[in-house]
Order: sequence, then C-alpha cells, then structure tokens
Amino acid sequence: MQLALQIEGLAKTYANGFIALRGIDLSVRDGDFFALLGPNGAGKSTAIGIICSLVNKTRGRMTIYGHDIDIDFSSAKACIGVVPQEFNFSIFETPLQVVLNQAGYYGIDRRLAHKRAEKYLTQLGLWDKRNDQNRMLSGGMKRRLMIARALIHEPRLLILDEPTAGVDIEIRHTMWEFLKKINAEGTTIILTTHYLEEAESLCRNIAIIDHGSLVENTTMKSLLRKLQRETFVLDVDQPLGDLPNDIEGLRRIDETTLEADVSRGDNLTRIFTELGTHGIVVNSMRNKSNRLEQLFIDLVRDGRESRA
Amino acid sequence: MNARYLYIAFQTIVIKEVTRFARIWQQTVLPPVITTSLYFVIFGNLIGPRIGEMQGFNYMDFIVPGLILMAVITNSYANVASSFYSAKFQRSIEEILVSPTPSWLILAGYISGGVARGICVGFVVSLVSLFFSELEVHNFVVLISVVILTSILFSLAGFTNGMLARSFDDVSIIPTFVLTPLTYLGGIFYSVKLLPEFWQNVSLGNPILYMINAFRYGFLGITDINLAWSYFIIVMFIVVLFSINLILLARGHGIRT
Repeated sequence: MQLALQIEGLAKTYANGFIALRGIDLSVRDGDFFALLGPNGAGKSTAIGIICSLVNKTRGRMTIYGHDIDIDFSSAKACIGVVPQEFNFSIFETPLQVVLNQAGYYGIDRRLAHKRAEKYLTQLGLWDKRNDQNRMLSGGMKRRLMIARALIHEPRLLILDEPTAGVDIEIRHTMWEFLKKINAEGTTIILTTHYLEEAESLCRNIAIIDHGSLVENTTMKSLLRKLQRETFVLDVDQPLGDLPNDIEGLRRIDETTLEADVSRGDNLTRIFTELGTHGIVVNSMRNKSNRLEQLFIDLVRDGRESRA
Repeated sequence: MNARYLYIAFQTIVIKEVTRFARIWQQTVLPPVITTSLYFVIFGNLIGPRIGEMQGFNYMDFIVPGLILMAVITNSYANVASSFYSAKFQRSIEEILVSPTPSWLILAGYISGGVARGICVGFVVSLVSLFFSELEVHNFVVLISVVILTSILFSLAGFTNGMLARSFDDVSIIPTFVLTPLTYLGGIFYSVKLLPEFWQNVSLGNPILYMINAFRYGFLGITDINLAWSYFIIVMFIVVLFSINLILLARGHGIRT
C-alpha cells in the first residue's frame, strides 16, 4: 500500500538547545485516519511543523506520497493541507479572501477557486459569513475557516493540529462528521488532539510521542487490547442498603452508585449476577474514564519511568 | 511547477498587497500627499522665492523631483516593511510558507506590492505638484526607469527590515533614523555642489543622492552625478538586497524555527 507520509530519523534541536524530537520513525498509509498523541511539549507540533515546512529539521528524511521534501519540495507541499493549532490568518481579511488567496498560492485559478470556496465554506457553515472580517468570527468559526483554507487545494494529506480545541460539543461533533466524510472520500488525515475520545472514535492508527520519542505506534484496536483494567460506573434503581462490601471488584460510591473494576479476562456478567442475587437492578452503566485516556496515561508514565 | 502556477501565485500576492494598501488609503496614500503639499507650500511658495534660482531653475521646480522621489522611497519601503512584518506577527505568512510557492516568488510578490504603492503615491504627488510648478519631462525613459528601480530598491530594503524586525518598533526605527536623514541629505533641497568639498565627498556615500539626481535629470535635465554611475549604484544595491533577502527567506529567518 502506498504511504502518504514516511519519516525516518526525524530530529529537531532548537537554537536554545532544547531537544524536541530525538529521531522518530513514522509511516502513515494512504487513506488512513491517524492520531498523533502526546502530552504538552512532547514534540507533536514540532513534528507537524517540520512536515509543513514551518520548522527546520536538524536531521532526518521525510517523504510525502513518495516526494522527498528536501529534493522535490513543491510536489511534496502540494500534497499537504494543514490546520495549525493557533489562528494564523489576517484578522482584517474576510473568510472568502483567505480561502481564495490560499488557492492562489497553490496555483488554482480564480474561477475554480471560487467554486471550491463556495463548496467548502458552505460545508463548514461559513458561506453566510464569507464577507465578514475574520476578527468578527467566533472561535469555532475561525477553526472551521482554517479547515476550509486547508482543503481549498484538495490535498491528499490533511494534517490537523488540535482542530477542536476550545470548540463547543455540537460544533465538535459536526467537525468529526465532516472529517469522517472527507476521510471516506479518500483524504488521508493526521490528527493531534487532547480529546482522547476524539482520537478513539475517529482514528484507525495511532502513535504516541513523549519527550521527542515515540512510545507507541500501532493500530487503535491493538492498543485498546493492551488495556489491563477498565472501571465502570453503575447507577442502580434503589438505595443499596445492606449490600455486602466484599463483592470482588465492586466499590460503593454513594447510596445509588457503584464502581466496578473489570480486569482483562474478567467480565461484567459475574458482577451483574452478584448484584442480581441481592435484588439490585442496574439502571445504567458508563466508563469512568475514556479507555484510551487510561492507556495514554499508563504508556506515558511507563515511558518516563524507563527513561528515569 | 509550471509557469501558469507561478503566475497565479505571483498575481495572488500582488493583488493581496495592493488590496491591503488600497483598503487603508487614508493611512497609506493620503498622508504623503498632505506632507508633500506642505513642503510645496512652505519650501516652494513661501521660502523658495527668497532663495532664488538653483542650477538655473527656480527653487520650486528644483525641489519637486526630489520631493516626488522621497514619497516614492518612503512609501515603497513602508509598504513592504509593515505588510511583511504584520504577516509575520499575525503568522499569516505561514499561509504562503506551507504552499509550494518558491522564496523568490514570495519576494517578487511583496516587492511588486511595494512598487505599486510607491508609484501610486508618486503619481498622486506629481499631480498635486502641478498646482505649484509647471513640470516638464526632459527624458521620459530616465524618469520612469529611475522611479521603478528606486521603488524596487527600497521595497527590497523594507523587506529586509520586515524579515529582521522583532517588534513594530523595529519597523519604524530604520525609516526614522536612517531613511529620513539620508533622504534629506540626498540633495532634495540643494545641489551638492553648494557644499564644501569635504561634505561633497561625504555625500557621495549616500545612495539616495544618486537616485534623486538621476530622477531630477529626468525632469530638468540637470544632475550633480554621472547618470551611468547612478544606474550602476541603484542596480548594485538591488542585486545585493535581493540576494540578502533570498538568503534570509531560505534560512527562514524569523519565520521558521
């Protein structure tokens, strides 16, 4: 299968001596929806900056759809669309000007650029705002404008650096649906996010980066299989009363709430059976924390302990 | 990357730059027109008649070419320096940097924007000067070529300033402390032949002297400096500044980490 992105030994040391990347290797397949996760300062944005030519690498090799960024930079760059973490457009221009100018930088003539601008601004709910000054847009609109701008040249690889940061839940879900749609249409997507449920629900493959090194690079399914224990919150229909405290893996939180720890290989049926014998009916159940979140914390902690 | 792509990218940057200074014409076109009009009134109309002739021309006619070129110089410079620094400050420069647009084309686009504003302001100031002086063109080719080359040169200098600037203060320091003194001492208001020999030689180190004299030749047919030498100096500065800017862009000075 063709690779959308291939990185070999990518390293970056800033002028102040800070080592942001320590020689990472990474491959993203064509058509993938790929999550690049890591705590703040892990090196994600540096890696994305290098891919998009906004950060100069110290060493390493990188190809975009087979085009070496050092040798054939124009073909490589033409394949990429980027949505950065920070707003980076003129606040005095309008959304329409922003996307039309971006199309121009990619050599797209004005007539085609207008068609695409209408298409993407409409799909992202910004067409009505196309002639407003950008400074008048809300935070969510600004984020969507950056997505429209990144798509105007219809890149094969779209890179989103925390695209839903500071966006309300409704718009976030709308953006998720939009991203799923363009991925289904063939656009490869690399996503960084701090919302791990976002990565879990959207992405098929995942890399976790910390202190400039990859600590994990696998499929989402195989990563989630590594989860050793999950905690569920159970809401019951009546006060627990004299429920015994010695049921294995079960904790009483309050009179109508329990927490159940389920280890890998164990299952919830045993707990439901035990509760049933005491006449307790479970009304609802949810994960206490996101599954990926627990794994993420464990992996980052393990990585730091092994380095120490 | 074919020629059509390059043309569209170049056109986009130029249209963006022209739209920017046209949108804020009250800040970009109007002030130099008012300032230059004051020069015409005070130095030309009020003080000029008391000074008498300068190299065979009345004082107003003598200073008009220099004042027009001064407006071209300051506006070409200011347009590129402020526009590029603003793009850097707002990080909107990243829009171009992530695209396949080559560095030389980015530079050419911004320089064309600076030239457009310089010539636009120069044209308006020339029209205003017609109220005070009967301008006649001695050599149209020299006039046009000098004004275009000068605005290219100072657009390039403005670009260097925008690249190196770390704050908005840095954008205003050079025009205030370097450009304005050099312009005033570049022979707008006097012929360098009036100066003692020592100061004449010192003045020869001022590149603006060559441009003003060449431009004045285009209007009046007089110059303190050999015309070919003036062209050589202007083109040499353009080549040097263009090269410096390309190196700065390639290194990503202040725009890439």
